[in-house]
Parts: sequence; structure tokens; C-alpha cells
Amino acid sequence: MAGYLLIESRDPFESNDVGYYYDLACGLRAAGNQVTLFLVQNAVLAVRPSAQAPALRALAASGVKVLADDFALQERGITKVLDGVEIAPIGTVVDHLEAGHKTLWH
Amino acid sequence: MSQRTFAVALMDAPYESENLTTAFRILGAMAQRGHNVNVFAYEGAAGLAFARQAPHANPVHGKNLAEENHPTTKDQVVALLALAAAHGGTVDWVNCGMCVVERGVGEFAAGRIGSPADFHTFCEASDNVLVIPTK
Amino acid sequence: MAKNTLNIVECAYRAVMEEQDDTILWLLAAMQGAGAEHTVVLRGNAVNYAVAGQGAPGLAIGGWEQTTAPRMDNDVIDLIDKRKIPVFVIEEDLAARGIGRGELVPGVELMSSAMLPKRMAEYAIISHW
Repeated sequence: MAGYLLIESRDPFESNDVGYYYDLACGLRAAGNQVTLFLVQNAVLAVRPSAQAPALRALAASGVKVLADDFALQERGITKVLDGVEIAPIGTVVDHLEAGHKTLWH
Repeated sequence: MSQRTFAVALMDAPYESENLTTAFRILGAMAQRGHNVNVFAYEGAAGLAFARQAPHANPVHGKNLAEENHPTTKDQVVALLALAAAHGGTVDWVNCGMCVVERGVGEFAAGRIGSPADFHTFCEASDNVLVIPTK
Repeated sequence: MAKNTLNIVECAYRAVMEEQDDTILWLLAAMQGAGAEHTVVLRGNAVNYAVAGQGAPGLAIGGWEQTTAPRMDNDVIDLIDKRKIPVFVIEEDLAARGIGRGELVPGVELMSSAMLPKRMAEYAIISHW
């Protein structure tokens, strides 16, 4: 089983294309891989429990690990994240690179 | 964790995208852990280490030059190299030659001039690769 | 043998007039010349690069005229024929943009969006541009 880290920098409110990346994460997971989606920058705007982000909620429940960058959250004053999303430091990216996980940025 | 070698491609110009803030945080984390980092600065990123960047005051916020302490990416690049060295790693910062020439940013505070062949060499020599594209 | 790299290219028509190239396709061609082993998947708006017969005249501003305007379809043909870089386009993205298969340059191969995650396992490096 291979590992993938998908870094998402875009949010679903401004970009129509975020759905593609969530689908790619699901497809990689369905193919038997370990998949982590790491939300950075404006992508974290979708993680408030009150946000209208059904696709992210579904992804968080799908077996893909969803992380949100602690710096980006703090920068935007987001203190609570929806269930299934974990807050993580930027060193997480290096953890995955060290582990040999294929790492993509969107 | 044993030392790794990473290849990273950057494309964003200074002061245009939050991508660079995240990129420098990732690069800093790599350097802090003592890894070797090979950076291919492509397109706008070829200006990140441009020696003639200069800080400025901020009259909107009433801050003089010293108070504003405005960041320059060239200082971040220099600091990254020093951080890596302090932790037993190296940073090979390569600015894509044609990108440098067309932008007129051929004076570097750090790093060297190179070409796509360098990025190929970096990828071949790396344990892992991260491309941070521009939009 | 070089590490095989799958390049997912989605950014389209960014700075192509002043660079007279798509800078990612250009980079990959240059790297291939240095010994790389690249494959390209065009997705999103970049699927339009594979449409035959495109290209605007060079920019002209006052006395300044561009003499070598780019043509993305020719660059795709160059990748396939001259650089031996396989080029795929995502079928669903073509359909969404109303592009028929008959409009594409020769040599481009189709890939479904469902196939992309499965194909990624075949490559040592995945770069998302």
C-alpha cells in the first residue's frame, strides 16, 4: 500500500476545482492507498463546523485523513474544526516526504 | 530520522501569493531536521533571492523603516541556507537561468544560476520531490 | 534509467504569450532532453492545449510586434512526436468544455478521471502543475 499526501491550498467557495482534488483523494483511497489531505492557506476556510462544505464533510468521513494547517487556522481565527478534521503542524508535510509518500500540491 | 534529500520546485514571485509563506515553512522544517534540500526556483521564483530587494517603511501604519522591518524573500533564502548548515544539511538553491535573464534579476543574495537540467538532476538524486505550482 | 514522472498539468494559458510557450510543457521538454522520463496528463482547462488549429496572432503595441506567437497545439505535438513524451487528456474535462475527440491533435491519448488515481501507482514521481 502506497502513501499519498495531497496538499490543498484552495477553498471550495472560490474554486470550482476543489471537487476534483477531493475526488482524486477518494480514488487513491479506493485503490488501496493511504491518503492524507492537508489543507493549507484558504483551504482551511471550509473547516469550520458551521461552514457550508458538504464535500469536505463527506471526504472526512470516507477514510481519507483530513488535516488542517495550524498556522492557517490561527491566521484566520478559526478555533474549532469540523468532526473528522485534525489540526496539524507544517512538519507533517516533511513527515510524509520522509516516509516516501508521493506528495502533490493543488 | 536519517538525513534525506528533497527536491522542491517553486514558481511564485515574491509578494504575490501565500504559496511562498507555506513553501518557506516547509523548507524551514526540512532544514531544521537536517535534511538536504535542492530548490529549483522557476519562473517568478527566480526573483526570490534577488539581491536588490529592499525593505521600506509603512506610512499607512505610521511605521518607519526599522519599525516596519519589512520582510524580503532574499533574507528568507539566506536564512534558510544558514538554518540548514546549522543542522548538518545543505540547501542548493538554483535559479532557472532563462527566468533570471528575462526578469533581470541576475544578482543573487544566495544560490546560483542553473537550468531545467538541474531540476532533473535534483529529482534523480532525491528521496522525494515536491512541486509547488503557481496559478 | 531515469525515474518515471507523471506530470498532471492543469494551469492553462498563463503567461503563454509573453513566454511564447507554456512554461510547464517547456520545462518538461527541456528535462526530457536532459534524460528525464516524463508523461503528461492534461486536465482542467489545460485539455484545451490539445485542440488543433488554435493560436492568436502575435501581440502588437505601437511599434512593437511579437514575431513568434505561441501555439499550444504545436507544443503538444512537439512533446509527442519529437520528445517522445506521452500526452493524455482527461475525457470528462474535454466533455465539460464541449470538445469533441475529433478536434484533438493526433497522438493524444484519452484517460478517464477514474483511471488517473490507478495510473499514479505506475510512476516514481508525481508532479502536479
